[in-house]
Amino acid sequence: MSLDTAPTPPQERKQRKLSEIEGVELEVVRASSNRLSLLALGGAAVLLVLLVVLGLNPALALVAAFVVYLGVVFVAYRNTAGPRVARDHVFRGLVGAAFVLAVVPLLSLLWTVVSQGGPTLVDPAFLNQTMNGVTGLQDQATQRDGAPLIGGAYHAVIGTLVITGIAALISVPIGVFTAIFLVEYQPKGRVSQVIRFLVDVMTGIPSIVAGLFAFALWAVLFGIGTKNGFAGAVALSVLMISTVVRNSEEMLRIVPNELREASLALGVPKWRTIAKVVLPTAASGLASGVTLAIARVIGETAPLLVAVGYARGLNVDPSQGPMNTLAVYAYYMFTKPLSPGFREPSLDRAWAAALMLVLIVVVLNLSARVIAKAFAPKTGR
Amino acid sequence: MSKRIDVKNLDIYYGAFHAVKNVSMTIEPRSVTAFIGPSGCGKSTVLRTLNRMHEVIPGAYTTGEVLMDDKNLYAKDTDPVDVRRQVGMVFQRPNPFPTMSIRENVLAGVTLNSKRLSKSAADELAEQSLRGANLWTEVKDRLDRPGSGLSGGQQQRLCIARAIAVQPEVILMDEPCSALDPISTLAIEDLINELKSDYTVVIVTHNMQQAARVSDRTGFFNLEATGMPGELVEMDDTQKIFSNPSKPATEDYISGRFG
Amino acid sequence: MSATTAPETPPQQHGKPTKRPGDVLFRGLSTASAFSILLILAGVAIFLVSEALPVFGADPAEVTGGEGFVSYVWPLIFGTLVASLIAMVVATPVAVGIALFVSHYAPKRLGTAIGFVIDLLAAVPSVVFGMWGFQVFAPRLVPFFTWLSDNLGFLPFFETASRTGRTILTASLVLAVMILPIITAVSREVFLQTPRLHEEAALALGATQWEMIRTAVLPFGKPGVIGGTMLGLGRALGETMAVAIILSPGVFTWNLIDSGNITVPAEIALNFPEAAGLRLSELIAAGLVLFGITLGVNLLARWVVNRRAEFSGAN
Repeated sequence: MSLDTAPTPPQERKQRKLSEIEGVELEVVRASSNRLSLLALGGAAVLLVLLVVLGLNPALALVAAFVVYLGVVFVAYRNTAGPRVARDHVFRGLVGAAFVLAVVPLLSLLWTVVSQGGPTLVDPAFLNQTMNGVTGLQDQATQRDGAPLIGGAYHAVIGTLVITGIAALISVPIGVFTAIFLVEYQPKGRVSQVIRFLVDVMTGIPSIVAGLFAFALWAVLFGIGTKNGFAGAVALSVLMISTVVRNSEEMLRIVPNELREASLALGVPKWRTIAKVVLPTAASGLASGVTLAIARVIGETAPLLVAVGYARGLNVDPSQGPMNTLAVYAYYMFTKPLSPGFREPSLDRAWAAALMLVLIVVVLNLSARVIAKAFAPKTGR
Repeated sequence: MSKRIDVKNLDIYYGAFHAVKNVSMTIEPRSVTAFIGPSGCGKSTVLRTLNRMHEVIPGAYTTGEVLMDDKNLYAKDTDPVDVRRQVGMVFQRPNPFPTMSIRENVLAGVTLNSKRLSKSAADELAEQSLRGANLWTEVKDRLDRPGSGLSGGQQQRLCIARAIAVQPEVILMDEPCSALDPISTLAIEDLINELKSDYTVVIVTHNMQQAARVSDRTGFFNLEATGMPGELVEMDDTQKIFSNPSKPATEDYISGRFG
Repeated sequence: MSATTAPETPPQQHGKPTKRPGDVLFRGLSTASAFSILLILAGVAIFLVSEALPVFGADPAEVTGGEGFVSYVWPLIFGTLVASLIAMVVATPVAVGIALFVSHYAPKRLGTAIGFVIDLLAAVPSVVFGMWGFQVFAPRLVPFFTWLSDNLGFLPFFETASRTGRTILTASLVLAVMILPIITAVSREVFLQTPRLHEEAALALGATQWEMIRTAVLPFGKPGVIGGTMLGLGRALGETMAVAIILSPGVFTWNLIDSGNITVPAEIALNFPEAAGLRLSELIAAGLVLFGITLGVNLLARWVVNRRAEFSGAN
């Protein structure tokens, strides 16, 4: 570190006041309370109700009320506290609006999934039956005559578990060992730079391209048009490995170096140090990362549509022909109802599958948090 | 420029934690006042209440009064934003805005606080502020370079230039030299000495020699035990505090570490 | 590992020369895994190319549309770009707003909770977004589209309005909701990393909260926000099911609020299950093009995020 250059010798300090300098106009901030904005908010709420009662489209009324609110707040604060405070309040309003704007579709989505899928999800037929032999006639009877629902997603649930399970079996070892390579064996250097770059590239592969890859690979290996569960698992692995590598790398990296050095200093070989010290210390982080990676791929539709196809009945053998999965099931039920004239039962099944997927994803995300929190080693950073 | 500050029965709380107890003092205009004391005694906290910067921490509040020329900074009709324009602040570590050039850094406060700023006025202000911070000759040829390219001491003087560009009444300095090497520290101390001809300067320092060198008056803060609120033990002319303090606690602190 | 070891000298050289089988195995497994990443990516490229090749040698008249692959694929690419760019333009300001809300406006605990909910939103499967967009969102947009075509119909984008709402604009807006979490997450991270010193510097100069954000937070976070936006764009480009379900596809048109247009991934998903022969090659080739585009966008995002200009970063 170089020392300072010699400080400037004291100069005659002729300071002209801001008020004496031409071309500066100060903008003073006066005190204000939040009461004005609360008042404006209340006014906007009243306006909103009024507009809706008058028959305006609720969305339009909300926008109108919000614009009025911003205008009122701006004028009110400009006149009492000055334009700078007014601008501050307007941006506060905009930031809040952005938040509301994001929450509205989220709530709408959750409400739709729960209300549309809930009743069917608890129907025993949905979880215990496949679509084998179910035709539009049964759906017609269900919708028109109130007959019990026939045909469910049992095979899709099994398919999802099998395919995602195989994908996890492929990608977790590859991902974790790659992370070990990056953190323990080649922390820096050209090779790991290249690997990290490739992992980044892999993160950006569109899911449907992963499906096309599995399809093309199987076409070369087993003949064109071969679709089965293994192909789907390979496609999902392509999407999953990069997530596992990134999460695991991060987790291994926060294992304190002192632990490794302590173990190595005792004469423990490197591989045992990794297996007995590093991995157990990072275990909860690794588990939570893997859980998140599974959550990311379990709802994938496009690659499975391409690589696995669609089966109406139960198929537990991933090497033999098409299987079904929840996401693909939901897609087919939604876009190709069994009976075009009587769509309700098919739509119900689609939403029930969607609700189940959302629940699985939420549970996986929550458990990832719990695992990471509950079993985290006390590293005391 | 340069006003007097009267602190009356000031208590500072962070939520349920009582940080500083019952501080009363007077800070004279055109002088340098130093706050000294052990870590955690609340001297920085008191400093930050002089421009309401402590309010940045959620849950912080105060009771009592801080008067600047008889105007209460905590009155209902006073906005913290306006207080901070009138009471500038320099921090422990130099913090020029990394995305701005040297010139933009100096003018940052003026740009925020003005409706209109002509080019000529900006030029004049930038020059007089940098001159005021003894930095002009060192940077005049590279005003458009990033401020982060300067040395630590130069960056800190840039921050002082930025603070005086808005021409505050008071300048607060929170251990301004703790991150600097001795030569840069000397430059800042010289600058503080010059600044007091125009401004009221309040400085928090860990370094008692520094307090003795730069300040006219010194306040000693202490706390009875950790978890207890800090308090102002005594405040007097720096000469007196360092030669003949009236309280034994001050004596212990000074003699224990001084020299 | 000792800190003094130069990176290019492997530790064995000045360690023990004996090689334990466990060490060899472990090192071998790790190295093999790392290199399998290379193999997989090479595989993706090679097998896609090999299966796509027939379409390039085929008689142009046999390709869908009858005029060769290029004229088949460009409307698809155009549709993909239009949908993704609209999604990006809509999502970015909202995402920055939410990120600021979480990092600088909301109380800390509320901010953490919102962050978690946003992360969950990112995990909702795209097929669910598609179903929601089709059944709930699209019908709601119909009056808005009608209004647009009534009042702005002179613009080519709003000539005629769909009665179902299943348009490219609807799909784009749903894509915007889907990429919102990514952009928000990245922006929130960089906003939270803004050095406290810079925020306090701005406040101490007498900045209002918004002025502090504009002076200290936004300039600091800019590269991160741009990077997050590009990541979102990459996600939107490759997004399949939402578009496939929502959009009522058709030939290329400038009109955004009626049926028509299609994106590359949706085209593949809609046609792949029934495709055979040359059609398969066509779709795989289209997938290859999509891979190229997303690769380019992601590399650009990476470059932007990693770029260290002299006017950036903390010191």
